[in-house]
Amino acid sequence: MSAGHEWSRVSAMVWKDLTAEWRAKASFHAVVFLAGLILMLFGFALGPDQDALAEAGAGIIWLTLLFSGVLTFNRCYERELEDGAFEALLLYPGDRRSLFLGKLLSNLAFLLMVELLILPAAALLYGLPILESVLPLAVVLGLGTLGFVTLGTFYAAMASRLRAREVLLPLLLFPMLIPLLLASVEATGALLEGDAMGRAAGWIRLLVVFDAVFVTASFLAFEYVIEE
Amino acid sequence: MNTPDPNVGNLRAPRWLTPFGLFALLFFIGAQLTAFFISPPERDMGNLQKIIYVHLPGAWLMGVAYLVVMVASIGYLWKRRERQDLVAASAAEVGLVLNGLTLALGSLWARPTWGVWWTWDPRLTTTAILFVIFAGYFALRSFVDDDDRRARWSAVVGILGFINFIIVYMSVRWWRTLHQVQSSPETLDSPYVLGVRLNAIAFLFLMIFFIAYRYHIARIERATQSLEEERALTGGAVHV
Repeated sequence: MSAGHEWSRVSAMVWKDLTAEWRAKASFHAVVFLAGLILMLFGFALGPDQDALAEAGAGIIWLTLLFSGVLTFNRCYERELEDGAFEALLLYPGDRRSLFLGKLLSNLAFLLMVELLILPAAALLYGLPILESVLPLAVVLGLGTLGFVTLGTFYAAMASRLRAREVLLPLLLFPMLIPLLLASVEATGALLEGDAMGRAAGWIRLLVVFDAVFVTASFLAFEYVIEE
Repeated sequence: MNTPDPNVGNLRAPRWLTPFGLFALLFFIGAQLTAFFISPPERDMGNLQKIIYVHLPGAWLMGVAYLVVMVASIGYLWKRRERQDLVAASAAEVGLVLNGLTLALGSLWARPTWGVWWTWDPRLTTTAILFVIFAGYFALRSFVDDDDRRARWSAVVGILGFINFIIVYMSVRWWRTLHQVQSSPETLDSPYVLGVRLNAIAFLFLMIFFIAYRYHIARIERATQSLEEERALTGGAVHV
């Protein structure tokens, strides 16, 4: 099948998922509120020294995103599994990797929207100067989220079909994400401090490598996960 | 009735396994003794240095075992032989044990030499991350009931985990600037080199034995399981 045809399948998947999300809204609200809550909890755990909080800001932002974002991945498959819709999706002709790409992109859109709300909240709570380097921060956030969503969507394709999905997904996912967490936190932290030493560039390169490796690897391996 | 299953004959341990295991054990004891007697107490660390003869080979062979996981997993996805999955799982188990051993021995060594049980040194951190990645591998295996699905999924998880090993190492190294050069025979003084090399070979033999033995047990487990399923399906009483 042609690439154009596959692309229309991907966009149909994204459209379907985002429409369902838009109409229900419940899960979006839940994730945003949970993220906000975690932000506050970090404040209580590490505060109230404003300087210490600002210093830990980058780490807090990324852990908040990881802990709240991990809830979205299983759910995106559960919706399909509930009424056996997943089997139907698999029966459609065409490349099954389009399913993965569709899920990946809709999860990416979902999490980027969450971040759009969470980042200003974190900046307010912890006094982080995000406006001074908005563009490079957006690049770091985009690259970090892409890697997170790629592996999350991939591992959830397995975990969501098992009994212990809530425990198993973070157990599989978080160890794999450690390089991504390191690179994202270091790059974000450097940018928030003005990046006078140009430290962020190296970490951004690492994020690009991480994304390239795992987008490719999980795209190739998805067929093995999904076949029954 | 106790009609012997035609497959059970194949489940005997290979003839070489027990003698090889004994040989590996003796070789290991010999290598340890040799290393202990040929190496003088180290200038700074004294006899504490001797832990290197288990710590370093353990760490190296952990890497080898995980490499076996990766190769067997790729092999499984390609050829779909059950034994490739069992080899991968056996190697992962041995790798995880060596991984835990490396961490524990490293910690024991770090306490008197560096003054702390744990430090965020690149290699320590990488080893710990590897441990949680492969612990996840076993968590996944234990939650999947279907054999075919377990084999496919854990192969994928094993391959991705091994790929990540390199990225993890690079990232952690950038995160914590290296404060000690990687130990290799070149960085060690000559009296210690022979001891480390001998013990690396001893660990290699032990690792091969353990993987082969675990694989043998895994096959018996698999056969028992299918026998039980068969009996449950035919409704016959289970004869022990």
